[in-house]
Amino acid sequence: MTADKRMTADEAVSHLESGMTIGIGGWGSRRKPMALVRALLRSDTTDLTVVSYGGPDVGLLVAAGRIRRLVAAFTTLDSIPLEPHFRAARQRGELELTELDEAMFMWGLTAAAHRLPFLPIRAGLGSDVLTARPELRTVVSPYEDGEELVAVPALTLDAALVHLNRADARGNAQYLGPDPYFDDLFCEAAREAYVSCERVVDSAEFASAGGPQTLLVHRACVNGVVEAPGGAHFTSCAPDYDRDEAFQAAYAEAAADPAAWREFTGRFLSGDEAAYRAAVAGFTGEAA
Amino acid sequence: MSATRAEVCAVACAEAWRGDGEILASPMGVLPTVGARLARLTFSPELLLTDGEALLIADTPALGAKAAVVEGWLPFRRHLAMVAGGRRHVMMGASQLDRYGNQNISRIGGAERPARQLLGVRGAPGNSVNHPTSYWIPRHSPRVLVERVDMVCGVGHDRAAAAGPSVTRFHRVPRVVTDLAVLDFETPDRTMRVRSLHPGVTAEELRAATGFPLDVPAGVPRTRTPTDGELRLIRDVIDPAGLREREVRA
Repeated sequence: MTADKRMTADEAVSHLESGMTIGIGGWGSRRKPMALVRALLRSDTTDLTVVSYGGPDVGLLVAAGRIRRLVAAFTTLDSIPLEPHFRAARQRGELELTELDEAMFMWGLTAAAHRLPFLPIRAGLGSDVLTARPELRTVVSPYEDGEELVAVPALTLDAALVHLNRADARGNAQYLGPDPYFDDLFCEAAREAYVSCERVVDSAEFASAGGPQTLLVHRACVNGVVEAPGGAHFTSCAPDYDRDEAFQAAYAEAAADPAAWREFTGRFLSGDEAAYRAAVAGFTGEAA
Repeated sequence: MSATRAEVCAVACAEAWRGDGEILASPMGVLPTVGARLARLTFSPELLLTDGEALLIADTPALGAKAAVVEGWLPFRRHLAMVAGGRRHVMMGASQLDRYGNQNISRIGGAERPARQLLGVRGAPGNSVNHPTSYWIPRHSPRVLVERVDMVCGVGHDRAAAAGPSVTRFHRVPRVVTDLAVLDFETPDRTMRVRSLHPGVTAEELRAATGFPLDVPAGVPRTRTPTDGELRLIRDVIDPAGLREREVRA
C-alpha cells in the first residue's frame, strides 16, 4: 500500500527551508498554488530563489520580503498587465531578477527533469537575456551545421508547489482546464513536490472527470497532497472557478499604497486559510 | 464610407499577414487582433488563430466573444513548440523600438534598479529569432521610437547580424505599424524605412514623433484606406463595441 501523502498546507511548507530554490506552478494569474503561498507567508521561510511564470504568487512573496532572487520570463496579473509589488520592489532595487525567455524557462525545467546539465535552444541569442548574464553560455552543434545555440542550464529546484483540480491521496493529480501549464515539469524538476488540489478523490474517480491525458502529475514525484478548495484563489482554476477579478483589482489597488497594503494584509493575510476564505466571502458579499 | 485612423491601422495590421499562408497569426493588443481577424476573413483565410488562451478557433468571432468551433489545442507548451518550429507570425507591442528593430518590453533604465519595471522579456527573444515578428505601436512618440532601447528583448537587425547565422537564419521583422505610419526595414543597412504615411499625417509630424533621424522621402505613399467591405467587417463583425477607437486616438 502506497503511503497516504495527505497533509495540511502548513505541514507542506514546514518542509521548506530558507535559502531554497522553489518553483511555483501555474502561469501569471492562472492556477497558482495560492493557498500554499499563503501558508509560506505564515511561515518564517525566507531568502528564497523563486522560479515562476510569475503572477501574484511572486507579488505576495515579494511584498513580504521573502524572495532574494526571482527567475522569470515575466510577472503579470494577466487582466492587469503589471504586477504592482514586483514592479515596486524592482524599482527600489530590492529584488534580483534573472530574466529568461519563456521557452528558455521551459527548457531549463526540462533539462532538470531529465537530469541534463543544459539543453540547446535558439531563443535568447542576440538579446540582452544573454548579455546580461555572462554565466549563460552557448554551445556549438557537433554536426555539419555548426550552429551556435544557447545552452540553457538546468533549473533544478529544491521544491515545487503546484495546484491542480483533483488529486488522490498518493499524489496523482489531474488538471481539468484547457491548459496544463508546466506543473508536471515543475514537479519533475524538483527534489520535493507539494500538490494542492480543489478536491482529494479516490483514484477510481479520475476517469469520470476526464481522459487519462488529464492525469498530469504522477505520484512518483510528489511528496505531499494538500486538499485546498479555492486554493488557487484569486487566480483562475478552470473549470472549477474563474479568476476573482474584483478581488484581484482590490489586491492591485492596495499594493499601490503602503497604508492600504497594511490594511489588506490585516484583513486577508493575518489568519489561517479558513480566515482567508471567510474574509474573502465577506469581501464578495460587500461587492454584491 | 470614411474610415477612422483606427480603421486604417486595422487594415495596415491585417496587411502584415498577407501571403503568410497556413501559419499561426499571434496578435497582441486590440488593433493587431482586429487586423488578424480581418486578414483571415478576407485575403488570408488559411491563417490559424487562437482564443488568446489554449484553443485554436475555426470561426472568427467578434472581440471578446467565444468562438463557436474549436479546431485545435495549443496550450502554452505547444505554443512554444510552434514558435521554435517557425509556423507563426507574431505582432507584439513595444515599450521601446529602435531604428534596427530592437524591441524592449522589460524595463526602462538599468537592470539593478530600473526606473520603470515592465513585464519582462516574455517570449520576445524566442519569437524574434524563430519566425516573423512585427510590431504594433498605438502611440508613435520619441519615447517609444528611440535611438537605443534599454534592454534588447526582441532582436533587431544589427544584433542579429552580430550574433551570427544561428540568429539571422530565421530572423525577420516584416513590419512596424503605428498610429502614424507603416514602416519596414527594407533598406541596404536594414534600418527603419517609411513604407507609407497614414492619410492626414505629414512627413514633419512623423519625423517629430520619432526619436532618431528618420528619412521620409518625398512621394512616400499613403497607407491604403479600408474598402467598404473591410469597413463593414471591422464595424459589424469583428469589433462592434468599437474597442479599436480606445486604442488609437482619432
